[in-house]
Amino acid sequence: MENLLSIEKSKPGRRGVRFEQAQKHDYLPQNLLRASAPRLPEMSEFDTVRHFTRLSQENYSLDGQFYPLGSCTMKYNPKAYDVLSVLAPFANAHPFAPESAVQGTLQIMYELQELLKEITGLSAFTLQPAAGAHGELTGILTVRAYHDAHKNTSRCEVIVPDTAHGTNPATANMAGYTVVNIKSAADGCVDKQALQAALSDKTAAVMLTVPNTVGLFEKDIREIADMVHKAGALLYMDGANFNALIGLAKPADFGVDVMHLNLHKTFAAPHGGGGPGSGPVGAAKHVAPFLPKPIVEKKGDAYTLNDKMPQSLGKMKAFYGNIAVVLRGYCYLRQFDASTLKNIAEKAILNANYVRAKLKGKFNAFFDVNCMHECVLSIDPSKMNGVHTADVAKRLLDYGFYAPTIYFPLIVPEAMMIEPTETESKEMLDAFVVALEKIYDEIFTSPQLVHDAPHTQPVSRIDEVSAARQPNLRW
Amino acid sequence: MFTPHTKQDEQEMLSAVGVSSVKELLNKIPADLLYPNYNLPAALTEQQLTAHLHDIAAKNKPLKNFIGAGMYKHFIPAAVSALSSRGEFLTAYTPYQAEASQGTLQTIYEFQSCMCALFDMDVATASHYDGATALAEAVLAAHRVTGRNEVIISSLLHPHYKEVLKTYTRHSTVCLTEAKPTTGGTLDVAALQKQVSDKTACVVISTPNFLGYVEQAKEISQLAHEKGALLVVQVNPLSLGLLQTPGSYDADFAVAEGQPLGNPVSFGGPGLGIMTAKKAYMRQLPGRMVGIAKDKNGRRAFVLTLQAREQHIRREKAASNICSNEAICALNAVIYLTLLGPQGLKEVAELNVERAHQLAEKISGIKGFSVLSAAPFFNEFVVTCPMPAAQVIQKLAAKGIAAGYDLGQTCDTMKNDLLVCATELNTAQDIAAYVSALKEI
Repeated sequence: MENLLSIEKSKPGRRGVRFEQAQKHDYLPQNLLRASAPRLPEMSEFDTVRHFTRLSQENYSLDGQFYPLGSCTMKYNPKAYDVLSVLAPFANAHPFAPESAVQGTLQIMYELQELLKEITGLSAFTLQPAAGAHGELTGILTVRAYHDAHKNTSRCEVIVPDTAHGTNPATANMAGYTVVNIKSAADGCVDKQALQAALSDKTAAVMLTVPNTVGLFEKDIREIADMVHKAGALLYMDGANFNALIGLAKPADFGVDVMHLNLHKTFAAPHGGGGPGSGPVGAAKHVAPFLPKPIVEKKGDAYTLNDKMPQSLGKMKAFYGNIAVVLRGYCYLRQFDASTLKNIAEKAILNANYVRAKLKGKFNAFFDVNCMHECVLSIDPSKMNGVHTADVAKRLLDYGFYAPTIYFPLIVPEAMMIEPTETESKEMLDAFVVALEKIYDEIFTSPQLVHDAPHTQPVSRIDEVSAARQPNLRW
Repeated sequence: MFTPHTKQDEQEMLSAVGVSSVKELLNKIPADLLYPNYNLPAALTEQQLTAHLHDIAAKNKPLKNFIGAGMYKHFIPAAVSALSSRGEFLTAYTPYQAEASQGTLQTIYEFQSCMCALFDMDVATASHYDGATALAEAVLAAHRVTGRNEVIISSLLHPHYKEVLKTYTRHSTVCLTEAKPTTGGTLDVAALQKQVSDKTACVVISTPNFLGYVEQAKEISQLAHEKGALLVVQVNPLSLGLLQTPGSYDADFAVAEGQPLGNPVSFGGPGLGIMTAKKAYMRQLPGRMVGIAKDKNGRRAFVLTLQAREQHIRREKAASNICSNEAICALNAVIYLTLLGPQGLKEVAELNVERAHQLAEKISGIKGFSVLSAAPFFNEFVVTCPMPAAQVIQKLAAKGIAAGYDLGQTCDTMKNDLLVCATELNTAQDIAAYVSALKEI
């Protein structure tokens, strides 16, 4: 049966949650009141609970299924953090309460800033950005504030490799920079000649994802950093893939000037079906004064929000950051010491290489070298009965797996980007490999089955174009 | 352990890969960069972590709250978090594989629909980071739509929103100027009329404004439109249970901080950026939107749509770089509104109005204190004190009360002014306690 919308279940006069009745209703002039009631559903509390419980069941989720989305780091989200991040004293702390009444929250923020500094080697962190892309924008605006302070006003370009996430060029554009795209070398890493040719006294920054989106560490990272710095530009590191490096290496040692991290990737905060995330931004000493304000400081035994940052770029959002997510990041980093963090990165890398090794005989490993935390496979529809990556992805849903990230990175045709993360067991990876092997066989024995997938989901293959033609975005 | 690998698993996997240790897989990382020293605290067990977090939480002092100023404490029915914290919602990713994500997608469609109904606007997005960034993105969209550069912002916007607007527009051709207030706590509409010209991209107002007062939105909308400028309005979504809607005064973009709808204050984040607009601007909106499509068998299905605006398709030509939004906060809001329905929402809005007005009336009876009441207000208002507001806050904190927001922080001429908020959570006893504490100082 089709899932009805709440409004289709609504009945006039049915009530859920009630409040006390106000005694008087004439505090406000009539002409300021709304003319008619909003068309919201009228449902009982029980109906509402059933409705949303049912909807939750129409979802694949990490708690239910293996979710091998490349660059998304879908690792287990510990249940303890669900409880601890919403303890009443944290959830009820008002952002404008006197500082003496919110010392606990400020302590968590300060300690997380310190922990992030230690694992990256950078000098300062802001917890203000609400997501990864918001962190990127914060980072690039920090770069811009740095150049502006140094009167480097001719620096108007940001260099971005063609393997970058779409957010990188979009971010640079939002910060008012011109994007210069450079092609990658045949080995999937930065082409140093192309980079050198693109660098000039117009370059404000180079944005690099490390490891990059084909799952490879930029082997020449220090040389690249030197080239960037020699040109008078700054090196921005997109830390979306930091799970591959946590406990193994510090970006500050590579020569990174500014970077963002994703607490909802590397630090086990849940993705929530699309947020809220948290994208802390770290900066080396010479760039730190330009980060957004305020940053939490410790004075004696007291924690305080320091708003007196004269060179700061300003504010990126109201208040101080997604604190409920910050709390989860803090919990995560307190559960693991250095050797456990190293083990986490190593197992993430082992899992990705294991999947790659098991599957590369059937699905083309585009760069046939050992990878970091994710691997990129691809298929050739001309040799596979016209089956495309999208078809394989949909067929995987039938086998009880979410699909990998597909058609990204853009430089790999028909890409499937697989990131298992360290929290998946060998048995789960084996089952996933078996499913992909079966699909591979189906491509040759019963290709229509793959073309028509999925067959087991609440709906069959959706015609996405039909939604954009005459958009229906509301009831 | 966070990783499930046994020694045997590890050995089998390494041999399948064809290496003898994971270190061999790291050969692209220069050796001197590998394995630096870390100075990190000892690992805690879950039990130790739980005790540790409770200890830190205890350092936050519970005060009876009368602060609003952009984040509002409201009653949150238990069913809200019971449903939104289900792992099936909480641990899903952005619904890129629509067939396996119909639940998340339908909730977003219902959220968009509830926002359109509440705001009386044509379209809504899936959510933004918070009210401030939603406002900034709406201003940038208005700038794109009109091709004009001048933006007139109300001086009575939230100070953080002003700062975020400055950050977001600093490197564009947008030029921000402020519209002046009257002494009555609302905008000077006559002065604004002279300020708006055919170079104005949009007029940006907040109603209730930062001081809590309801603006003459209809008049402001008209004078903006007469010059071909757009109206961008920021509202308190809970106030729309009672107050006139942005659609009714012909707003072009209406945004809000959605936290009051079923989300805790959490020291200011996560918030919920609500973005609504007229249909004509649908393709200029940044961020995700869910629409109805058909599956192969002609059944109704939900998908992310109009993605041609977005960064993963358009890269540097995208409307915005936004990717993640605040999906769980939006889910909280749609569950909250479904539980309350139109009647519950009206009840809670009326209760806010009543509690705030009762408090205001009592405070205005205290010698030395006066309440600014030239314009109507929803659940927040300005109290002029006989001493700096900072002192009042300090003295009431000692009595277990968070008295309000010190307006002297943002305006030198308002050192004695306190922004006070009361919601349905502030009971008659709380109000009495507040009033007697004020009398004692």
